Amino acid sequence: MDNKNIVLLKGNEAIAKAAVRYGYDGFFGYPITPQSEVLETLAVDKPWETTGMVVLQAESELASINMLYGAGCTGKLAFTSSSSPGIALMQEGLSYMAGNELPGVIVSVGRGGPGLGTIQPGQADYNQAVYGGGNGDYNLIVLAPNSVQEMCDCMGKAKELTFKWRTPVIILSDGVIGQMMEKVELPPFTPRRTDEEIAAQCPWATNGIGLKKRKYNIMSTLEFDPIVMEERNRAMSEKYRKIEAEEVDYELYNVDDTTEYLIVAYGISSRVSMKTINLLREGGVKVGMLRPKTLWPFPNKIISKLSEQVKAILCVEQSEGQMVKDVRLATEGQVPVYHSGRSGGMISSPKDVFEDFQKMARECLSKNWPKGYWMK
Amino acid sequence: MTKEELIIPENKVYGRPTLMNDTPMHYCPGCSHSVVHKLVAEIIEEMGMEEDTIAICPVGCAVFAYRYIDIDWIEASHGRAPACASAVKRLWPKKLVFTYQGDGDLACIGTAESIHAMNRGENIAIIFINNAIYGMTGGQMAPTTLMGMKTSTCPYGRQADLHGYPLHITDLAVNLEGTCYVTRQAVNTVANIRKTKKAIRQAFENSMKGKGCSIVEVVSTCASGWKKTPEEANQWMVDNMFPYYPLGDLKNTVTD
Repeated sequence: MDNKNIVLLKGNEAIAKAAVRYGYDGFFGYPITPQSEVLETLAVDKPWETTGMVVLQAESELASINMLYGAGCTGKLAFTSSSSPGIALMQEGLSYMAGNELPGVIVSVGRGGPGLGTIQPGQADYNQAVYGGGNGDYNLIVLAPNSVQEMCDCMGKAKELTFKWRTPVIILSDGVIGQMMEKVELPPFTPRRTDEEIAAQCPWATNGIGLKKRKYNIMSTLEFDPIVMEERNRAMSEKYRKIEAEEVDYELYNVDDTTEYLIVAYGISSRVSMKTINLLREGGVKVGMLRPKTLWPFPNKIISKLSEQVKAILCVEQSEGQMVKDVRLATEGQVPVYHSGRSGGMISSPKDVFEDFQKMARECLSKNWPKGYWMK
Repeated sequence: MTKEELIIPENKVYGRPTLMNDTPMHYCPGCSHSVVHKLVAEIIEEMGMEEDTIAICPVGCAVFAYRYIDIDWIEASHGRAPACASAVKRLWPKKLVFTYQGDGDLACIGTAESIHAMNRGENIAIIFINNAIYGMTGGQMAPTTLMGMKTSTCPYGRQADLHGYPLHITDLAVNLEGTCYVTRQAVNTVANIRKTKKAIRQAFENSMKGKGCSIVEVVSTCASGWKKTPEEANQWMVDNMFPYYPLGDLKNTVTD
């Protein structure tokens, strides 16, 4: 096994190599640009010969998510990766996985849409990941890496969270983070869990282990009695409220007591925004950034708190404006929230963000809205 | 002799498989499902695979199969059982993994998953209940509905120009390199029930020996969907289904 830990990799390659090292049991996926390197890297590395990890190219994203469903039902840790239209096809399976409270990790490397859209990078799948397209009351934990190192680290974080909470985890990335090369420190090899460890960790799993000494397990989302179905939903909601209380993760960049303007951005937009912030600070503007590292649960509290202090917020995302609505909700109307971003495969330059920032600051200064104006 | 004197273990010639529980079945009188369920339970027991079986049921009438046989069950989404089973078997190669699917599930919404699991040669067994109709949703046209056969969505009979032709998916399976055993059976007579049991047993053994994908089609009745009494349904199946879906082994490459 290759133990060399510091390497230069694409984000997608880092995902593949991290999965093997974190002891994932399986990968099931279908080729789609811009994430195909995940399966390609696994095919070259042949983890089935080393860790015993199963790798299978499925016939469609529908099949891959249902393979993930089967894996999760039996207590195995599997992951899939895809991009925008492929993730759209997976929504049914994600609803089933959430409904049965199954572990599983889904890597979404976003491109511009809608429809077949473009193979160029995009962040127009915030709604798809955070609000989902599957039926019923459910949430998925959504992690948002902004570097190749974080792509790698998220595979470890997702493994921990998906078993801790028994809910699928989406790693929402974009075509830039997936395709760009950076230095990355890979984790050491963790062995895959043994059957005994799986049985101990997942007594609910449908793998037959110990059946003679326990009641049989069933994985089904079907329930004809609406009273029971509601009970299941409420128990899941209770879990979701706990996740919201415990798992919010974010990073602050150049934020202190004197910060007057805030940029909120995740993924590639946060990398672009850092450059803009550096330019603005050279000119004496007191601007900082909040970067959500979890998109669900969303960092509402810190945004609400910072809203008491700042004059305005610029939400930078490579879409026509999706996360901006959650930022606006989180401010509770205390400050105006503007959107900045390109879409359809175009990516903002630091200059684009700079110009949108200037426009926002000018409007705020000229209108001089009183605090709380946006609550009305 | 009294009843008590007669009912003693030495006299017992037949019993319900212990894996089958007391839950009353939701299947209609005359339905083939319950017979096939019983065979599945018997075979798992005879093979001693209670702790080593992972079963996958479909969406359709057999959606509740997990209620009746006391083993671990996964209820897959509509048509996706073969994909689900593919992953389960690859992750748990020493387990017996089988799907239990109806015609709508296997041959319509899940055609892609069925064909590709078969063609990859997944070491799973597929039990395919073909009753030429959608039972659970109330008797709509299935991919295997016969020409001229009436259902609620082809009330004047299936016509090629309106509805296309019945899909012979099992015949398609024969030509796929990944399949090792393809057979078509029925459970309308004691003799046929015995043949079906033998076929399912072979399919399960193929799965354990890693021989490839096995498909056991069971040409079945749907008395309710066909709007017939159980007896009429059995006869109608013999007269109409068997000529179109003839019974027997279609492919068997397993020699040992």
